[in-house]
Amino acid sequence: MSAAHLALIRFGFGPKPGKPLPADPARWLAAQLQEDPRPPPGGAPLAALSDAFRMVEARRTMPGAETQRAVANLTNSEAEAWASGCLATRTPLIERLVAFWSNHLAVSRRAGAVAAVAAGHYVREAIRPHVLGRFEDMLLAAVRHPAMLHFLTNAESIGPNSPAGRRRNRGLNENLAREILELHTVTPAAGYSQSDVTEFAKVLTGWSIAGGWAGFEFRAAAHEPGDKTVMGQRVPEGLEGGAAFLAWLARHPATHRNLAAKLVAHFYADRPDPAMVRQVEAALRDTGGSLGAAARVLVSLPQALSAPPAKMRPPHDLALAALRAVGAPPERAGLAIQAMNRLAQPLWSPPSPKGWPDTAADWTGPEALLARVDWTYALAGRFSRTDAQAAAEAVLGRLGRDALRREIGRAGSTRDALTILLASPEFQRR
Amino acid sequence: MTTSHLPAIGRRGLLLGLAAVATLANARLALGQAPGDPRLVVILLRGALDGLDAVVPYGDPAMAALRGDFPPPEPGREGGLLDLGGFYGLHPAMAGLHALYAANEAAIVHAVAGPYRTRSHFEAQDLMEAGAEQRLASGWLNRALGALPPRRNGTPRSGLAVGLDVPLLLRGPTPVGAYAQAPETDAPGELVERIRALYQGDALLSRPFEEGVRGRLFAAGQIGRDAARQGGFAALAGIAGRLLAAADGPRVAALELGGWDTHNNQKARLPPVLRQLDAGFVALKEGLGPAWSRTAVLAITEFGRTARVNGTAGTDHGTAGVAFLAGGAIRGGRVIADWPGVGEAQLHQNRDLAATRDLRAIAKALLRDHLRLPNNAVAAAFPGSDTVRPEGGLLRG
Repeated sequence: MSAAHLALIRFGFGPKPGKPLPADPARWLAAQLQEDPRPPPGGAPLAALSDAFRMVEARRTMPGAETQRAVANLTNSEAEAWASGCLATRTPLIERLVAFWSNHLAVSRRAGAVAAVAAGHYVREAIRPHVLGRFEDMLLAAVRHPAMLHFLTNAESIGPNSPAGRRRNRGLNENLAREILELHTVTPAAGYSQSDVTEFAKVLTGWSIAGGWAGFEFRAAAHEPGDKTVMGQRVPEGLEGGAAFLAWLARHPATHRNLAAKLVAHFYADRPDPAMVRQVEAALRDTGGSLGAAARVLVSLPQALSAPPAKMRPPHDLALAALRAVGAPPERAGLAIQAMNRLAQPLWSPPSPKGWPDTAADWTGPEALLARVDWTYALAGRFSRTDAQAAAEAVLGRLGRDALRREIGRAGSTRDALTILLASPEFQRR
Repeated sequence: MTTSHLPAIGRRGLLLGLAAVATLANARLALGQAPGDPRLVVILLRGALDGLDAVVPYGDPAMAALRGDFPPPEPGREGGLLDLGGFYGLHPAMAGLHALYAANEAAIVHAVAGPYRTRSHFEAQDLMEAGAEQRLASGWLNRALGALPPRRNGTPRSGLAVGLDVPLLLRGPTPVGAYAQAPETDAPGELVERIRALYQGDALLSRPFEEGVRGRLFAAGQIGRDAARQGGFAALAGIAGRLLAAADGPRVAALELGGWDTHNNQKARLPPVLRQLDAGFVALKEGLGPAWSRTAVLAITEFGRTARVNGTAGTDHGTAGVAFLAGGAIRGGRVIADWPGVGEAQLHQNRDLAATRDLRAIAKALLRDHLRLPNNAVAAAFPGSDTVRPEGGLLRG
């Protein structure tokens, strides 16, 4: 197996023809984890959250074509900025981690126009800065972000005994509290009860969105008074108590197990080897939840540069890998966004708070596989000056079978040859 | 998807200044009075068309020994060839072209090849498009465009690439317009078949892939999905015709059609592609309207195929084949060939139809006698071809 190819395919978006492979793949991976994950300045200017919100509000009150277009431009420019960053990046591992954590703490553009324009901001500001930091910081940033408070409807949750609750006869919304426990942190394996969910929901009352989506706001008047007990922990009234409990959840051994299993499953195999999971879990435990430490162990497992690619590339990764393979410049990032729509994984739009599914079975439906062939054929038509044989050597190296190489050589046109390469079983995996 | 009868201009088209064409196409009916600039359409048949099956020299006594009952029956028999004057017969899938031939608006060039003798698709296509014996960074049609009179500011480019990408044929120093068709078509069935073979034995993916292919075949049987696909090329050709028809529209267009690489099961695989090409000729004529009388269409392929049928009822990469000419400007109704014969001793390397004509002679004649380019421009389009004289008498008038 070619270690350099595996490094780029398992932990990135695949090689790019004409770009030399890393001479020392292990070091190349480790070096990325020393970088600042925040995007370099000078990219496309992206709107502040409140600007986005104003636009959406304007659309609501004056549904003119112009505001419609402004909202569409905003969502498109966020998406294209993300995709062009992925195409141009020197640190694909970081982009893969950003995608992983964005999906772990998922918000969805399907939740409406505000959610659609806020998702990019959420990924940039709540997820990306923390992918090599501490999980508790990422969790807190995610839960405080308007996109999450809106998506999991906590902004409207009101303590029944709070001044606002008594006045308006409205009450708790358990949505966010339940998903934090079930999906983001300890999982049902930790053995919490319905009353833990209810009490945690009370803890989170008052965690809301500032007017005009200017950011997070704690609304004391909506916060359920008094201390609460969740999973045996006493949680004092107020914002600080809630933040401290989130940190406790983030450091919980069941959370570390959950995160470790998901990470290994995402990068290695649908059913991960328990021994590998234990190593990542130990890194999280020993460092108090350092995601950078977890990532360092993840990429230095003995299987990292030796096990054959066993995961199905979801449409996200397929689109980016294919665009890199045909040498698409970052300006053509829009093609990746179109591909994700066409292959049923639109950007930042998972169908549920659980995020996109992450096993092969979810992406290998009969029509889904043929849709990949069709999309690939269309892409190959746009890049029909690519040298398909050279591209095959560059992007797969020895991971490509002789039979594939033969079919590429026998194809009747460059377009057909590229389609065969990019639709091959080898190229569907990472 | 556009619902209008007007062509949809892709984003790239707009960027390249084609917007004017869409509005001008409105005035198509007024084009009768438009000045008579010539139009040239080049169709690239990628994958190597078997000329001996598309235009069968049924009058050659060696054919029976060579191919037996592989080609369609002789003219007059059921499903038989469409006669081209007693020696050659056109494949029955090309009734539209045959009608043009009968109206003296189409001609066949046979036993023709480029100057190269490689049997690699990629290399040969590059050389065919470069118009030279070595690879070049620009195409002959692009270099020819450079010699066309300059256009007024704001009018579309003279050249138009119809499809998703600009082929080498039209790449080079002279900017051309590009038109991206929407919606895109599915991958062709024979390509899916090749990919399907690569999935066989894949524990995870082979079953769903097989099911997907079966589902498609069923859908094709039910709703004629393949028929819809075949409309793809004809629709594109029709759009090209309308764009070329516009008074201020482009004058030169390139289209591409793949699917000719019939290594196996040729009897089943070739007719659908021939039908697409045939429908494309008809659609071009319709789209061009009155401008058809000032149009020449040239369809060429990178090389022909082996004279003998191979072990899988197909043919392999060969040498000479056919080129098609159509359009009101063409002096049609004839087959242009110095027939080399297909007897054993007459085949090139005892294998392929021998080339007795150079494709460049045909292309050069179109540049000189149809687009009326000066000799130095024709020479720049086909460097190193001084000894290849333009084919005389290709055009009317």
